[in-house]
Amino acid sequence: MQKTFRIGGIHPPANKWSAGKPIVKADIPAQAIVPLAQHIGAPAQPVVKKGDKLKAGALIAKAGGFVSANIHAPVSGSVLKIDEALDASGYKRPAIFIDTEGDEWDEGIDLSPEIRRDCSLAPQEIIAAINRAGIAGMGGATFPTHVKLTPPPGHTAEIVIINAVECEPFLTSDHALMLAHGEEMLIGTSLLMRALGVGKAAIGIESNKPDAIALLTRMAAAFEGISVVPLKVRYPQGGEKQLIDAIVRRQVKSGALPISAGAVVQNAGTAFAVYEAVQKNKPLVERIVTVTGRGVSAPANYLARIGTPLRQLMEASGLTANPGKIISGGPMMGKAVASADIPVTKGCSGILVLSPDESRRKPMRNCIRCAKCVDACPMGLNPTLLMNAAEFAAWDTAETNYAADCIECGSCNYVCPSNRPLLDHIRIAKGKVMEIARSRKS
Amino acid sequence: MILTAICIVGGTGVLCATLLYFISKKFEVAENPLLAEVQEALPAANCGGCGYPGCSAFASACVNAASLDGLLCPVGGADVMGKVAAILGMAAEKVEPRVAVVRCNGHCDARPRTNLYDGTRNCRIASQLYGGETGCAFGCLGHGDCEAACSFGAIAVNPSTGLPEVDDDKCTACGACVKACPKNLIELRRRGPKSRRIYVSCMNRDKGGPARKACANACIGCGKCAKECAFEAISLSNNLAFIDSLKCRLCRKCVAVCPTGAIIELNFPPRKEATETKES
Repeated sequence: MQKTFRIGGIHPPANKWSAGKPIVKADIPAQAIVPLAQHIGAPAQPVVKKGDKLKAGALIAKAGGFVSANIHAPVSGSVLKIDEALDASGYKRPAIFIDTEGDEWDEGIDLSPEIRRDCSLAPQEIIAAINRAGIAGMGGATFPTHVKLTPPPGHTAEIVIINAVECEPFLTSDHALMLAHGEEMLIGTSLLMRALGVGKAAIGIESNKPDAIALLTRMAAAFEGISVVPLKVRYPQGGEKQLIDAIVRRQVKSGALPISAGAVVQNAGTAFAVYEAVQKNKPLVERIVTVTGRGVSAPANYLARIGTPLRQLMEASGLTANPGKIISGGPMMGKAVASADIPVTKGCSGILVLSPDESRRKPMRNCIRCAKCVDACPMGLNPTLLMNAAEFAAWDTAETNYAADCIECGSCNYVCPSNRPLLDHIRIAKGKVMEIARSRKS
Repeated sequence: MILTAICIVGGTGVLCATLLYFISKKFEVAENPLLAEVQEALPAANCGGCGYPGCSAFASACVNAASLDGLLCPVGGADVMGKVAAILGMAAEKVEPRVAVVRCNGHCDARPRTNLYDGTRNCRIASQLYGGETGCAFGCLGHGDCEAACSFGAIAVNPSTGLPEVDDDKCTACGACVKACPKNLIELRRRGPKSRRIYVSCMNRDKGGPARKACANACIGCGKCAKECAFEAISLSNNLAFIDSLKCRLCRKCVAVCPTGAIIELNFPPRKEATETKES
């Protein structure tokens, strides 16, 4: 029997319409808007000023702390201004605007398609290269990668897990990446193993991608210690804690880091970015973005520069006249955006355009105590209890019932027959509980 | 037969009563008699505006305190605090009556919608997701968290403007709405003579251009009002003007010079040229 995680989970329709489609190089945008906060942690600090001429790949903003990431120019051109721009957070935040002129790359960046397999760098040098390239988790959570590769004292990594699950419906960017750049991704994986000093790596792929499983299993034979693990299709298998449970059968304790289970999980896209950073000296300035949904006529996978407006990619895919809702990310964990002009960022794995009738929420009814949400919760929480706690501001109840452990996967919302916005309220409770816990510590 | 039953049950009753009487005497908790009196004087609204969980907690805080400084029942105001002070034989702090004002005037005509929100009707949830249905990320979301928080029915969202309105007579300045608003739009201000007050009804900290584009009634931070004010009551920071209600003398000159109409005057008689000149 195929492996999967042990608690909860759901199985929404896959709708992977762009699966098997090749990666199309998206046009370079006329103007790139590069937000300074594309990752979790401190925003980057700009190192360029208005009027500066840049080549693609040049550093434009330095990490603003340890938990932060560098940002590089995705296009060549001149800096128009450093101003506030609307991004996927729904608020205006500082960003660097670059007017594109030509397509020149910084010296020292290897753009040839030739695969470089050998690496003689020491672990510290690999981590330094990853840090320089500004890589942040590309599955959507955008946690700076070099931080994950520096386990806190007292913890040691035993296995690297590559998250190629792509359990979100509609999205196919990791799938497309594996088919096109499987070997590079495996080299990236071996670099990650080297950086952490571990001898084992597992690549988790859901069994709805048999072509990727077959291809990578064949290629992985040449790499020592890397195995491909086919997983039963189940959402949210791509959650860090769920994937660790599925592959190594260990559960991460409440409040503990995944490293406490001896595993470091990295996204497939991140592994590829690590390869490019270390072997090709290429910083993270472009990523694969799936554009899909009923609101576009031709779902596709694009290789888009960071800072490309979502509108440009949607129009390339045949945006219909009257789209309903635009979601950055997948339908389960993605976020509806308030404007089509927000830019692609490091964590933007897909753009889902829904038709108007799919976009509307159904009216909320009373809870009928069916406990479907309790069965679905992959963290073993009681969503309906937490929602009530949030509604009545009973933060102590929320805390003792582990609101802070919610991974915001939305399974509870999905299964609720009364269309209750469970996650909306739990997110409030989670924020409040974490705030209370922080103030208690200080 | 029936007599035996009455005797047994009645006897048990008398025995238990006597026992309970002595036990209650033995374990009696001595309570300050003033506590009940103070509690009686309080409005019993249990709104939490004083910062204590309910009126009885506030009463015991008053009774145990060395002086009444810093203790205030905003609902009862000077009246109730005077009574409490008399009971406890202390002097009450002087209090300026206050009232809640909503610092947003971005009604539907002034602030064009740029998108449509279809999520849970709750300001806190909506503000966590994004800036709001209009171009202004600082303005009122209109889902009525303040209305739900008010225990006195003093604030309600007006469906025609989409903005909450405060009923001066009902508002007790308990501050529940101030805490409920995720955009920090509600401020407790000095009530002013005859409830007259002037305030900047905007919290938009964007620069002038984007602010004006998002809302016709936005404060663009031009500083005209600050220059006009003779009493140094108006300060300007982050592209936003603020009128200090303690320094403001209600001359209304700032209202006249504001190019966007962001400064609002309330409860004043209609303007006449004559009064204008007399005041200046």
